[in-house]
Amino acid sequence: MDMEIIRQYLPLYRDALFLTLRIGWYGVFLALAIGLVCAMIIRFRIPVLRTIVKAYVGLFRNTPLLVQLFFIYFALPKIGIRLSAEFCGSLGLGLLGGAYMSETLRSGLESVAKIQEESAESLGMNRYQAFRFVIFPQAVTYSVPGILANVIFLLKETSVFSTISLMDLMFTAKDLIGMYAKTLECLTLLVIFYLIMLLPVSLLGYVLERRLRHAEFGD
Amino acid sequence: MQSLGIDVLFKGKNFARLLEGLWVAARVSLISSAVSILLGIFMGILMAGKNRIIQGIFRVYLETVRIMPQMVLLFIVYFGTTRVFGWNLSAEYAAVIVFSFWGTAEMGDLVRGALISIPKIQYDSARALGMDEKSVFQYVILPQTVRRLIPLSINLITRIIKTTSLIMMIGMVEVLKVAQQIIEANRRTSPNAAFGVFAVVFLMYFIVCWPIGRAAAYLEKRWAE
Repeated sequence: MDMEIIRQYLPLYRDALFLTLRIGWYGVFLALAIGLVCAMIIRFRIPVLRTIVKAYVGLFRNTPLLVQLFFIYFALPKIGIRLSAEFCGSLGLGLLGGAYMSETLRSGLESVAKIQEESAESLGMNRYQAFRFVIFPQAVTYSVPGILANVIFLLKETSVFSTISLMDLMFTAKDLIGMYAKTLECLTLLVIFYLIMLLPVSLLGYVLERRLRHAEFGD
Repeated sequence: MQSLGIDVLFKGKNFARLLEGLWVAARVSLISSAVSILLGIFMGILMAGKNRIIQGIFRVYLETVRIMPQMVLLFIVYFGTTRVFGWNLSAEYAAVIVFSFWGTAEMGDLVRGALISIPKIQYDSARALGMDEKSVFQYVILPQTVRRLIPLSINLITRIIKTTSLIMMIGMVEVLKVAQQIIEANRRTSPNAAFGVFAVVFLMYFIVCWPIGRAAAYLEKRWAE
């Protein structure tokens, strides 16, 4: 292991980490937004849209991100939709994540007891108020562990971005190995930088899950 | 409107080549799934046991595999270990090693989860009926565990199938790589082939994974008490 090499490579990896995080977080937020909209469409049984959402969720849960990205990045320009690589990355991640998030949120909504809604209505709340103030907050609590697991999954999936020529961590490692053949140093840095990115989220998930379980069952 | 490349697929052996590529990915998934399920069952039984040291070791193994993207593991095995230990490893072996290593951890966790989810009362009731330890396991615990486990392991197999698309990154010629080759070869006659060809690859994965996922959902529903 050559420390000098590692010192030289550090800034390259740091830049790649920032790029990965930027695209990754946009993707995660997009995924949450899409997931929420889809979960609500299914919850309120909106005709037509419901069928579309189901088709979308089925399609994106059953295909790999790599294939989705290839389609968005290489195939869509052929029908006149041209997007930047970074945008494609976030969009692909958002669409994949949206499908997973909608399932997580949907099952969160389903685990809120029926009596909660009935009680809210008997207190004179309308359907919107019951959802906004009673059902939704509880559903989110139920969904948090699943959402965080999805976030970790999505951040890990960012490792395929290098295929659409985004200079992420994977790209940097592969590039440096190809040029200077310092395989051991490059791979060590790769592992360390992925840990920097994923460990905090993983720990947060662990802590929150404990807290929520505590909140659910009370003191 | 120019052609969107569906015609390219029916030129010569293109479609057959694409299917061959799919088979390469499927072969890696099948071997990895088989290894993962076998080793995973073994690991899960050990993890559900009472030995703290074994539990600790598996915990570390599981968390390590979980936190690293599979692509990083693939790079470590394919580029890292070959360099450090100086052995020769074909891309396919490297892929099978990585996906089995990862799949075993996930499967082990599923087996452990299924085993410890059987309520203690099931053991107690069976013993109260005068069953010996072997019968308790064989007739009471095992059937319930297997019912919980089968839908979950089917889902794991679809995850393995989806993840094997990464083998393209270590130079294996699987369906995506073949698709790229076909598009490149027909660049002049059919510049828009990328759309049709990638759309077909997209659908191929869907056609493989969707029925498997449905089967898992069906079994889960049917066996839910």
